[in-house]
Amino acid sequence: MVTAAQVWEALAQIPDPEIPVVSLVDLGVVRDVEVENGRVRVDFTPTFLGCPALEVMRDAMAERIRGLGAEPEIRVRTDDSWSTDLITPEGREKLRAAGFAPPAPRAAGAPTLVELRSAVFRCPYCGSTDTRLENLFGPTPCRSLRYCASCRQPFEQFKTL
Amino acid sequence: MSERAQQLLEAADDELILGWRNSEWTGIAPLLEEDVAFSSIAQNEIGHARALYELVARELDTTADQLAFDRPPEEYRCAPLVEVRLLDWEKTIARHYLYEEADSIRLERLKQSDDPEVAGLAAKIDREEAYHRMHAQMWFERLEGEPRFTAALDELRPQAGALLDSEQRGDHTPELTELWEEMTMVRRSLPAGTTW
Repeated sequence: MVTAAQVWEALAQIPDPEIPVVSLVDLGVVRDVEVENGRVRVDFTPTFLGCPALEVMRDAMAERIRGLGAEPEIRVRTDDSWSTDLITPEGREKLRAAGFAPPAPRAAGAPTLVELRSAVFRCPYCGSTDTRLENLFGPTPCRSLRYCASCRQPFEQFKTL
Repeated sequence: MSERAQQLLEAADDELILGWRNSEWTGIAPLLEEDVAFSSIAQNEIGHARALYELVARELDTTADQLAFDRPPEEYRCAPLVEVRLLDWEKTIARHYLYEEADSIRLERLKQSDDPEVAGLAAKIDREEAYHRMHAQMWFERLEGEPRFTAALDELRPQAGALLDSEQRGDHTPELTELWEEMTMVRRSLPAGTTW
């Protein structure tokens, strides 16, 4: 009989389809796992609602669970209970090492342009905070583009959500 | 149709149609950064539309795709402001600014809903929309006082009222039908019963 711990372990093997250095468990998007009579129910949150990787992630989770000999049920939660604060410390370090600046903590209100233009964002390559906002948007909905004036390297900043 | 379904459909139709219009800048925006920005905003808006349609679909016993693509254009509840094809940059930015301003008020209302699914989804959408609002604000600051931008705001502002007032919705521009033809072409060309 499959256990919840085995399911968590299997889901931790699934890379994010767009940033494969982190797993779905690192991202904190797997919210809950329940096992009952050979059925496994997973609650899952999309990072951004328009994320095109949603179906890929759902299918990958279902496949891993079937691989454990259980019947999967993947429920998608579309409320505000996930935030980038739920990315695990390991996940944040993996992001940084791959050249993605991890997200800043979520504040009570929404982020502002003044904050994003301020010098608190650290370059993942050289650690300098002499960085500037290049574009609020990037190659996927979850990323912005910044430029480090210190090591002259553009980099991607995970958005705070 | 319940008031809840109607309210969600208005928001979903606005986001779907504006998402299509925003995507028209993909590949041809005046700056590479804006090509990326409008493509990303389009993707977010269509993602919001899908999540909103899914809530309505459960109530009406249908699917999000059927709501998005199988209704005739006259049954859409979107406001004319999102329908028009605006391939002048200052008009696109004026619409973006007016839309985000109104959408923010609408989302605040939806976040107060007694229905936890509606309130929860609105809160998630609002977190994403914060980036759209910052983008609109950045362009507003950049273009403020420019005569072409001022004229575009004056021209489009009267249409923005319908975004927050259901009574002003229902009439459509001919451009919605043109867009609908394009948007549903592939789906209509498939034999009945095809699954995606």
